[in-house]
Amino acid sequence: MTLRGVYTLFYKEVLRFGKVLLQTLLAPVVTALLYLLVFGQALEGRVNVFPGVEYTAFLVPGLIMMSVIQNAFANSSSSLIQSKLTGNLVFILLTPLSHLEFFTAFVAAAVLRGLLVGAGVYAVALFFVDLPPAYPLWLFAFAILGAAMPAVLGLIAGIWARKFDQLAGFQNFIIMPLSFLSGVFYSIHALPEFWRGLSHFNPFFYAIDGFRYGFFGVGDVSPLVSLAVMGGFLLLLSGITLAMLKIGYRLRD
Amino acid sequence: MSDAITVSRLHKHYFAVHALRGIDLTIRRGEFFGLLGPNGAGKSTLINIVAGLTRYREGEVRVLGYDVTRDYRRARRHLGVVPQEVVFDPFFTVREVLRIQSGYFGLGHNDAWIDELLQSLRLTDKADANLRELSGGMKRRVMIAQALVHKPEVVVLDEPTAGVDVEQRKTLWEFIRRLHGQGHTIVLTTHYLEEAEALCERIAIIDRGELIALDSKQALLDRGIGRTLRLTITTEQPLAVVPAALTSKLRRLDGSRVELQLEKDTDSIIAVLDALRSQGTDVIDLEIEEADLEDVFVELTRARSQ
Repeated sequence: MTLRGVYTLFYKEVLRFGKVLLQTLLAPVVTALLYLLVFGQALEGRVNVFPGVEYTAFLVPGLIMMSVIQNAFANSSSSLIQSKLTGNLVFILLTPLSHLEFFTAFVAAAVLRGLLVGAGVYAVALFFVDLPPAYPLWLFAFAILGAAMPAVLGLIAGIWARKFDQLAGFQNFIIMPLSFLSGVFYSIHALPEFWRGLSHFNPFFYAIDGFRYGFFGVGDVSPLVSLAVMGGFLLLLSGITLAMLKIGYRLRD
Repeated sequence: MSDAITVSRLHKHYFAVHALRGIDLTIRRGEFFGLLGPNGAGKSTLINIVAGLTRYREGEVRVLGYDVTRDYRRARRHLGVVPQEVVFDPFFTVREVLRIQSGYFGLGHNDAWIDELLQSLRLTDKADANLRELSGGMKRRVMIAQALVHKPEVVVLDEPTAGVDVEQRKTLWEFIRRLHGQGHTIVLTTHYLEEAEALCERIAIIDRGELIALDSKQALLDRGIGRTLRLTITTEQPLAVVPAALTSKLRRLDGSRVELQLEKDTDSIIAVLDALRSQGTDVIDLEIEEADLEDVFVELTRARSQ
């Protein structure tokens, strides 16, 4: 692996989202803040979540992770499809970078954007709730995995989509519902059995539940289970993406 | 020493379309090589395969001896490609793009060469401008700089002067000639046949996925294609028909002007003049036009369509 090459592609991706900070970092923080204000005000004291945890405090980790997921996905997918459709991807494809290096740089940059947005949401939320992490290492592990999973999904979507419309479909019909229905606004124990069971098939549920465990020390499932499911899912997605990149699927004709 | 590019028995299929049909081609180191062909002939497909942008299943392609699939890292380090379409990343300035492109090739401190490229391509004053702000011709020159940023030994330019105005085209010609003078192998595809004629030493012509000619420029020009003879004549009566011996060679007869197509080695100009004189026609002026590359190209591709 040529470190300089990987670093350059990572740097270029970071510089790209850094040039449009309002759109890539600030806007998602404001969106999360609006959710916090509206749902926190409307549902505080009306919804029972974890024992001894206020609803607004419960909501914050979910909102952070939802922002991480959506922005990590948006970064890798939009950067790739823009480069594909404008044609400038050719200047990456002409270089000696391998499929693994391409993958590493794109995913790392998307993870960084996801984490920066997450940190921004957390920083703003601290004005409204007192929320020290109970287990910082768990928190960090779930933040990284929770960003990496959608970052890789974003690569798949960016490779697969031939036009922005298809990418929007992927985002609106897969990423958004999965992230909204992953327990951001509620504990799955409050759901009817069918929906509770179905939630266990949603990989983003484990990201949010595990992340919440890092704050409160309690979750709907064991953090080890969440970590294992997320790790397995990430490996599966990574294998698919690397195979697509290696054969040049929809990138090299 | 390995050749710059070797292509052996290369086939490419796009579903039912057989885009390349067993291309065999060797481009020697240090050559200025032209790749010509009508639209859709397969030139860009061939170049994209050499560049690793298009996959293939049958055949072998090497750059400086390195297989473009199995040893792609080394092949690509030695190859610089200027794509046909003008493409750019709207997020970055010219200098940022060139630094980033250097980094992809593992080059960290490349500013001295980047400055030299900018100067050679007359882009120094645009170094800190966003690519969106540049004209089409400038964007094309930035693409050339991107292709050269890692100092490749082999440079492929796919229609580098398409859509570029006459003055900028001359600037690019000078620059490309200078690159060749510095020892780079240059492979040029172009629609401007006078461009190939002015620059290239050896030329390949591709038509419908097949290599139909591969020779030095002079040998191609010498290929039995005729000359055009234009005569200005005087006669007592306007000339209605040319002598029978010239009928098959006649291209145009317009009162006092006659244009004839002569075979290069078999037709004598003296014989033409004698034939006209025998009919009472005086020739007061004549002009001979040797076949150029365009004539050769048209002749070769037309012969295949018939």
